Amino acid sequence: MAVSSVSAIGIASPANRARLLWALWILAAIIGGLGFLERLLHGDQATDFSSYIPWGLWVAAYIYFSGLSAGAFLLAATIYVFRIRVLEPIFRLSLLLAAVTLPMGLLLIGFDLGHLERAFLVIIRPQFHSMMAWMVWLYTAYLILVVVMLWSSYNSDRPGRDPEAVTKDRARLRVLAMIGIPLSIGFAGGVGALFATLAAREFWHSSLFPIFFLVGALTSGTALVTAVVAWQWPSRDAAWKDLVTLLGRTVLVLILIDLILELAEFMTPSWYQIGSFYELTRYVLFGPYWYVFWVVHLLLGVIVPIVLLAKNRSPVVTGVAAALVAITFFAVRLNLVIPGLVTPELRGLEQAYRDPIGNRLTFAYFPAWFEWQVLLGAIAFGVALWYVLIRLFPQVLPSPAQSSEVGQ
Amino acid sequence: MDRRSFLKVSGLIGGTLGAADLLTIGDALANPNADRTASLPVLDRVKAEPGEDVLIRMQRELVRAMNKPLEKRRWGMIIDTRKCVACHSCTVGCIMENKLPPGVVYRPVIDQEIGSYPNVSRRFLPRPCMQCDNPPCVPVCPVKATWKRPDGVVVIDYNVCIGCRYCITACPYQARTFDFGQNWDHNAAHGNDGGLALETCRKYAQEPSFEYGTTWSRSEGVIPKSPVGNARKCTFCVHRLEHRQLPMCVTTCLGRATLFGDLNDPATLVSQQAVRNNAVSLKPELGTEPKTRYLL
Repeated sequence: MAVSSVSAIGIASPANRARLLWALWILAAIIGGLGFLERLLHGDQATDFSSYIPWGLWVAAYIYFSGLSAGAFLLAATIYVFRIRVLEPIFRLSLLLAAVTLPMGLLLIGFDLGHLERAFLVIIRPQFHSMMAWMVWLYTAYLILVVVMLWSSYNSDRPGRDPEAVTKDRARLRVLAMIGIPLSIGFAGGVGALFATLAAREFWHSSLFPIFFLVGALTSGTALVTAVVAWQWPSRDAAWKDLVTLLGRTVLVLILIDLILELAEFMTPSWYQIGSFYELTRYVLFGPYWYVFWVVHLLLGVIVPIVLLAKNRSPVVTGVAAALVAITFFAVRLNLVIPGLVTPELRGLEQAYRDPIGNRLTFAYFPAWFEWQVLLGAIAFGVALWYVLIRLFPQVLPSPAQSSEVGQ
Repeated sequence: MDRRSFLKVSGLIGGTLGAADLLTIGDALANPNADRTASLPVLDRVKAEPGEDVLIRMQRELVRAMNKPLEKRRWGMIIDTRKCVACHSCTVGCIMENKLPPGVVYRPVIDQEIGSYPNVSRRFLPRPCMQCDNPPCVPVCPVKATWKRPDGVVVIDYNVCIGCRYCITACPYQARTFDFGQNWDHNAAHGNDGGLALETCRKYAQEPSFEYGTTWSRSEGVIPKSPVGNARKCTFCVHRLEHRQLPMCVTTCLGRATLFGDLNDPATLVSQQAVRNNAVSLKPELGTEPKTRYLL
């Protein structure tokens, strides 16, 4: 239906394209809004995750979005702290993307909680043994930092601001970015540690996991920034082309590093085809959801982007490749969360006592429509947030005349 | 054992496990602290003698342990797998006692089939909470909603748990489950007895649970009433212990395969069984130090 409406409206004219995008957004917002309502009224009942697979699509989406955020932020902070001139025009864009993607993840993880109304307890009575408490504290601090940085950056650009004050603003921004680098590394790696610290789960219990999460965050976040720059950047001059090419190269290197880590993560514990980790690797590669790994991740998220990025210098193609990486990275996140939960910790538990009513005592999981619906809602929310924020902070996407001044 | 003492013993089993249970629970409802007596007078009428039913012995040991301060007790459970016939009475008894909804189970019995046809045999493994001395589920909780009591029982504060399910993923025995807020009347039975089944399930859904000595009337909603939206687990029936009652699964085990008592008291049945050569714990390599052990 979507395809036919595209051809019927005709996407050639920008006005029609805008109308189509609006229509799609409204549709997503309605479907997602209904999902939010269902979640608020009846909790997690309509989900397919269970007592034995307690984390599902939303947790995977949460680590995906928080990874995008940490990656985009690290890019922004690195640009500012190390004064990488060529990338300075995209500093604010990266920062804004970080500010948009984290709330999307937080919304989903909030809905995942059995008692959303008690979430504040993590702040008022935290247990700092718990990796989850650390994570909540770190991303709260991180979110505050991102907002403060956005505000300072906006402030320094107000017309008529005293040049001395601007210099001070920039110095402050640099300090904030410096604080932000360890914070976002801790936060992105900490999400991996949340899983990796569990001795009970062999699939997660690996010291490579936090590093893998961190590199994954950088890869997906940088890819997202690249795609947005390729697609939304107002000027289409030579500087923009160079910028996109450089970002594309960065994404290419990051994909390759991520691939090496992935090889190490999967191959080391399962090489001799013995042990329970081997069974889990088999599940990822040849289980019922084999296509998530082979088609979505490896083909669309690794091979195609590598070919496109290595061979081509057109900004549009680079943008497509980066968008592929950014979107299909969700498959990587899914394949990190779900396989850790699919095998019974005690053999035969899956048969021991079943739940024909709620189907909550099973080791089979496929996200229910309701879960996809809420995910769609979170995406619509993120798009709306982006739409509002780029109007609040217009310098994020500098018009051609401004672009030479930005970030200097 | 002569006829008279046999009758006494059987009467006692019936009395303590049946009527007395119901009566004391009834009393407890009216006044939760009313029944914390130092002894069960009915026990004084039964002399300890060799060969007596282990339930009587464990009942006596329970009263003795409950007269000690909380921190001096250390509850343990021994499950004799040779006596288990997988009747699932413990599972069902536990569900009844704690009014467990669909999707929540504290003590399933794992039925393992070994070998391939025609050389097949089965073995059974009831799986309550291991009540680990070094519980992996406790340090992961971001809000200190779960902890190990001084008597070794790992408990959950339903009023604090935020329902993140981190503890569920951390337990190597999968002894924690999540209350999604469902009830048995959801998609209840069809057919001739469908109406009756529906009515029974609805009544059951209204029944409160007395876990941790509190009356819990659960319900879903915008702000769900706990334990809906919480992680839940076996508590060794600490609410029953307060009333000098053995955990429900112990009393319903028809093969007397589940033994319960104070591991700090060397004279108890569990202490004697726990040190036997054939007493093992599950996944000892993880260092969780379970206080639920199995006799092979």
